[in-house]
Amino acid sequence: MIGTSSIVKGKRFDFSGLFLYTFLTALGLLMLAPLVYMFSSALKPTSELFLFPPRFFVVNPTLKNFKDLLLATGTSIVPFSRYIFNSIVVSSFIVVGSIIIAAMAAYPLSKHDMPFKRFIFNMILLALMFAPQVTQIPQFIVIKELGLINTYAALIIPALAAPVSLFLMKQFLDQIPNALLEATRIDGGNEWTTFWKVVMPMLKPAWATLALFSFISAWNDPWSANIYTTTEDMKTLPLALQTLSGGYGVVARTGTVAAASFLMVVPTILVFVITQRMVLETMAHSGIKE
Amino acid sequence: MSNTTVELTRPSVQAKRTPGKLAILWREVKKHKVSYFFLAPFLLLFTLFTIIPVITSFALSFTYYNMIESPKFIGWSNYKLLFVDDDIFLKAIANTLKFAVITGPVGYIMAFLLAWLISQIPVKYRFIYTLCFYTPAITSSIAISVVWLYMFSGDRYGLINYWSMKLGILNEPWLWLQNIKTIMPVLIIVSLWMSMGIGFLAFLAGLQNVPRDYYEAGAIDGVKNRFQELWYITIPSVKPQLLFGAVMQVVSSLQVFDISIQLLGMPSVLYAGHTVMTHLFDYAFIRFEMGYATAIAVVLFLMMVGLNRVIFRLLGSGE
Repeated sequence: MIGTSSIVKGKRFDFSGLFLYTFLTALGLLMLAPLVYMFSSALKPTSELFLFPPRFFVVNPTLKNFKDLLLATGTSIVPFSRYIFNSIVVSSFIVVGSIIIAAMAAYPLSKHDMPFKRFIFNMILLALMFAPQVTQIPQFIVIKELGLINTYAALIIPALAAPVSLFLMKQFLDQIPNALLEATRIDGGNEWTTFWKVVMPMLKPAWATLALFSFISAWNDPWSANIYTTTEDMKTLPLALQTLSGGYGVVARTGTVAAASFLMVVPTILVFVITQRMVLETMAHSGIKE
Repeated sequence: MSNTTVELTRPSVQAKRTPGKLAILWREVKKHKVSYFFLAPFLLLFTLFTIIPVITSFALSFTYYNMIESPKFIGWSNYKLLFVDDDIFLKAIANTLKFAVITGPVGYIMAFLLAWLISQIPVKYRFIYTLCFYTPAITSSIAISVVWLYMFSGDRYGLINYWSMKLGILNEPWLWLQNIKTIMPVLIIVSLWMSMGIGFLAFLAGLQNVPRDYYEAGAIDGVKNRFQELWYITIPSVKPQLLFGAVMQVVSSLQVFDISIQLLGMPSVLYAGHTVMTHLFDYAFIRFEMGYATAIAVVLFLMMVGLNRVIFRLLGSGE
């Protein structure tokens, strides 16, 4: 492999390189510290949780906190697994749905030449400029008027058309040469089969990227469940965790809360580890070129 | 250009065609109906959950609306109330701006510099560092607040108080999350910890794809060290990613919400951690004063779009 340091150097020992690694490693460990602490707390037995002075790493790891979380909290109205189930259902539908919807919309925006194309894309760019939360109130009214309160649909549908998904998908498709599409176009195939058989497979890195971003925002989002649902059995994991931890000022149930937090965080890391290579390939084309 | 000249030189054709302009457009639209068919699902949902809500927000912000009675038009009253009488809103604006002025630029520059440093090391080691810096950004703020609440705990059992007292920096426990002097700094530190997000990935990817011959050409043209290289070659080549990252950063710094509620409660002590978003949430989903809440949303919307327009002017290619 060619050395990545871009200025050609001699063979002498590279002090700036040593400094670079030391700095990155130290900062990296500092950034990870809160997460490591959370993971170790999730595995701590009660005797270690309330030690004073506090101890960073766990000495006698146990799975008791997870057992407590899944069994003991089951005595409340709904078992904890219900929240996990809800979160998985909602996130999966959002991931699959937003990938298909964004890919379908990106195809004509990138490769066709129809009226209003520029206008539609400019609206997407404008929508990138503000947070979706800003439109939460009318969205809530729309959901209420459609009679979707306390349904999975209320948690899924508003998240399906994220402007950032379409934007990234379109930018990625832009750099795939038209000639390549033409070359692989199936003889006699219509646009619909071309899309599924030719375009979709080429968009694979972009799918992975949307899978990552839409999964993270869906999985971590407590607010749609907070606003669109009122019953206990429709709550999602982050909202349940918020109730469990009691938020601000409550220290009780530290072990179970740490275990629940662990369950919240691990899937997002896994998804990133799986998708990272393709994500970086996609993000290379994320730039906004006016 | 050439089209207009053709049409101008043939006024008779032009006159005959004028009523047909819409018809031509319609024919074009019909010819491309497959394209619109592909766009339909997105546009339908986008209209329903983004365009209509934005327009409705503007309309509702001029009304009194409590979800039970139908909205009543009250003119500019909501805005007058917001900017003249609502001290807490002014406090929320001040807090949000204070927060954004620090986390925005600092988070942005940090994300770029870290991405740049990572791009200086061999490919095989890059992933592990990327993972270290990116993971906090994808961590649920509710999940991680368990750790922050413990670290910043106000009694002597809190991690920071324990070590500060042991090292003699503090004599007695400091109420990190209740003392108005430290509420904002804590909020900023926690947010910076989580700020290596989508922008960071965009920078990282952009930096990895700057063509190598740019650097070789630069070395011939007299670029002496890495910092000159960064300034004259790297930054201009990743300008589109810089713009994308800036837009994302503006949005995320102005919408600070989750962490504030999670760490400081609602309302926070003396509203020291109150932000525009928490104010909005308070009026919308606790008091159900939807008219007033949409006025807050409109203000926030204008702040975000306005600031991003400035960003576009500064960083856009201007073509």
